[in-house]
Amino acid sequence: MTPYWAVASACFRVLLQYRAAAAAGFGTQLFWGLIRVMVFDAFYRSSGAPQPMSYPQVVTYVWISQALFALLPLGPDADVRAMVRTGTVAYELLRPLDLYALWYSRALAQRTATAGMRAVPMFLVAGCFLGLQPPPTWTCAAAWAVTTAGAVLLVCAVSTLATISVLWTISGEGISRMLPILAFLFSGIMLPIPLFPDWAQPLLNFLPFRGILDTPLRLYIGHLPPGQVFGLLAHQLAWTAAFVALGRWVLARGARRLTVQGG
Amino acid sequence: MRDAIRLYGRYIGISIRGQMQYRASFAMQAAAFFLVTIIEFCAIWALFDRFGSLRGWTLPEVAVLYGMVHIAFALAEGVARGFDVFPQMVRGGDFDRLLLRPRSTALQVAGQEMQLMRLGRLLQGLAVLLWGAASAGIAWTAARIGLLIAAIAGGACLFSGLFVLQATLAFWTIETLEIVNTVTYGGTETAQFPLSIYRPWFRRFFTLVVPLACVSYFPAHAILGRPDPLGTPPAWHWVSPAVGVGFLAVSLRIWQVGVRHYRSTGS
Repeated sequence: MTPYWAVASACFRVLLQYRAAAAAGFGTQLFWGLIRVMVFDAFYRSSGAPQPMSYPQVVTYVWISQALFALLPLGPDADVRAMVRTGTVAYELLRPLDLYALWYSRALAQRTATAGMRAVPMFLVAGCFLGLQPPPTWTCAAAWAVTTAGAVLLVCAVSTLATISVLWTISGEGISRMLPILAFLFSGIMLPIPLFPDWAQPLLNFLPFRGILDTPLRLYIGHLPPGQVFGLLAHQLAWTAAFVALGRWVLARGARRLTVQGG
Repeated sequence: MRDAIRLYGRYIGISIRGQMQYRASFAMQAAAFFLVTIIEFCAIWALFDRFGSLRGWTLPEVAVLYGMVHIAFALAEGVARGFDVFPQMVRGGDFDRLLLRPRSTALQVAGQEMQLMRLGRLLQGLAVLLWGAASAGIAWTAARIGLLIAAIAGGACLFSGLFVLQATLAFWTIETLEIVNTVTYGGTETAQFPLSIYRPWFRRFFTLVVPLACVSYFPAHAILGRPDPLGTPPAWHWVSPAVGVGFLAVSLRIWQVGVRHYRSTGS
């Protein structure tokens, strides 16, 4: 476990240095959140019909999703991509470590560092000025915390799979754009899952992507009862296991047929 | 001028050949861009499915607005995206080489990279626009079609201007200012909905500081034949796209100032 922990903590500390990038990310997310809230406000004013979520619930949902935006699996690890392109990935293969676990721990550090740095100021600003409400009960808060941890594990499994795909496409651009697209629509960041058409709900509840944002967020606002937390966590962990298994399989095949570039 | 265009064509040709070296990746990129924008539009469709209308706007009317903005953005991204990689040039001192060549620096920077995959966004914007134009019940006249094209051209100029300004900042900051993405990407996000739904300070920003409303919201009223709830005169809706061209002209002047201010970082 120790070498993976060392890699993760080194990665984490490197990323904490990029405070300017975090500030820029915060500004972008703030702006995006403002647009979303204004658009939802206009839609809620246009229709008097009862909706599956109330307007204040949607506002809280939007701000937390903006705070945790960095969790969305935004494709492969940039460092690994550079390694594959230049050929230095050969060194990674030589290390007496489990390559999957190594890349997974890098992903874990990157997600938690970037998301953490951006989430804290967003919670403060949105909580004080922009209508982000605290969770209605302590059990909701606890359910949110547990499923957020589940979301991090899931996200890392998906993004490690994207990293591994770089062994095939080399530039890695294609799949690194495909995954965020699916995650964008089906995680709830563009539109909270309950606001999708009713006929689409069963499919959206089945897909892994809701586990990234929608599950923890709806537990937070109390839209899903905290009693469901175990089932929802099992959904996240089952998909995590599936992505890990697929990632390991693809990696084993990729490492065998890999042509090292450059020289 | 003719010479400049031919040179730009050469640059683009090289860039395209380069991208074609990663064929599978290119196909996936273009497909991904097509999908991402389709999906964005699905989210808008789902909202209309739930709420019916947006402050008196129907889905086809919003589709026209959406198509205009996204086509303009895709054109600008394809043509002026070279400015996006410009900060790396400044950091590496590579801009020095451009200054030695007897051609316009803006042309050389723009020609560095033409992202072919943006075709996906362009096609999707076009598809949404055509669907909206057909189903919004618009009485199409030659003047309205002309205005539509002018608005898209003005929008492409405006977004190009924003890319130029973003790059110009790198003369001073030596790094990419991601925050400018809020007005480029955020601008498309904003302008795909009618401006009248936003708060007044936000509307003023996108009318007076970044005049995005002039290439989308205002001309859309003349095209759709709607009166503007914000009370701007109809004549203004016909001439407002010219503001986008003006914005690009001003941006290029500021670029010139930046070039004169440039000090090589060396390495």
